[in-house]
Amino acid sequence: MDLSYYPGCTLKTKARGLEDAAVATMAVLGVNLVEIPRWNCCGAVYSLADDDLVHHLAPVRNLIRAHEQGADKISTSCSFCYNTLKRANQLVQRDEVKRRTLNDFMEEEKDYHGEVAVVHLLEVLRDDIGWDNISAKVKVPLHDLRVAPYYGCTLLRPQEIAIDRMERPTILHQLLEAIGAEAVDFPFSTECCGSFQIISNPDSVTQRAWDILSSALRRGAEALVLTCPLCYFNLGQRQEELKQKYSDFPGLPIFYFSQLLALALALDSKVCHLELNYVDPLPLLVSKKILV
Amino acid sequence: MRIEISGQTIQSDFVKKVAEISGESVLSCNQCGKCSAGCPMAFAMDWLPNQIIRLVQLGVEEDIASAKTPWICASCLTCSVRCPRGVDLGRLMEAIRLLSLRKDISYVTAANIPPDALGAMPQLALVGSFRKHTA
Repeated sequence: MDLSYYPGCTLKTKARGLEDAAVATMAVLGVNLVEIPRWNCCGAVYSLADDDLVHHLAPVRNLIRAHEQGADKISTSCSFCYNTLKRANQLVQRDEVKRRTLNDFMEEEKDYHGEVAVVHLLEVLRDDIGWDNISAKVKVPLHDLRVAPYYGCTLLRPQEIAIDRMERPTILHQLLEAIGAEAVDFPFSTECCGSFQIISNPDSVTQRAWDILSSALRRGAEALVLTCPLCYFNLGQRQEELKQKYSDFPGLPIFYFSQLLALALALDSKVCHLELNYVDPLPLLVSKKILV
Repeated sequence: MRIEISGQTIQSDFVKKVAEISGESVLSCNQCGKCSAGCPMAFAMDWLPNQIIRLVQLGVEEDIASAKTPWICASCLTCSVRCPRGVDLGRLMEAIRLLSLRKDISYVTAANIPPDALGAMPQLALVGSFRKHTA
């Protein structure tokens, strides 16, 4: 099955592990991700103002690119891109006046009415492939690996774009169980990591990282799994500082969902780009006999 | 802190502008505090989120303009989805930021970010920050 795919800026650089592992695992599971041509940045954050239409142009242009390819669905693996694309799509679908203004402004494009559905790859795994089919393809079950699922914000809020129940999501838990790992519940799994405040208030983000990571550690997690390149950075890169601040902080390896899936399917670990992980996961993976 | 309120402040253009840009009904808030209880960034704020709404209701523009809180809001929307009165506080914070940004008052200046930090940041952090924090 071919599926239209929007990568997003960060997936071509810092988050290559998220993208390459996702493309490789989806191929093994029978889904060929087809990158849309001439894509541009989605704008990262969805504009929340009623009178600010110009910031919706970037995500809508990407949806038009997919529509031109004849796609009825576009997938993405970055939480921010998912949120921005999906919300812009809903705006175009539901607000006739704004839709007309946007279409009029983009004279060179064909009119777009929200024909393309936006999905996150986690939804493709759950709804199109199915956990049982994933389990059947697992070659290295991640037994004994205790992983805390971290959802963050943009997959779940606001409610109209949520891929799962907002306050009690289970989709990452289900993926972990499908690949043989143990999902570790913890109370911070849907709390914000501080997001783009890493630029202007890095100390506050360090505090958020401590709250989230120490909670997962107290629940016995050996790793954290997530989908967002910004959470990945904030919760990973800040650990150096946390180690200096709290001498007994042992560190917590962080994985993209696609990396754990690739490891469980026994794909070449090069697609995971583990060298880009901010916290070296190799000691953990070797001790659990997931990698040799 | 002493705050001066009057019939004039309450009926000021500022209150109307916030309502217009956000599309939210500011007066719906009854100060239950649920937004502040769940806010993950509240520890770093000078005014709690529900206090910001109260200031908007009272139209005290100067105190809101000098508040750090709208800039510290990470737009995680936890408050927006939990508000029992249906007030989308995330949109109110955006409107307050925009009222400064549209006067060319930025919170972040790209040139002040150290080059090594700039190189380390993932793109979506930079794009997100610049969109929310630069004029």
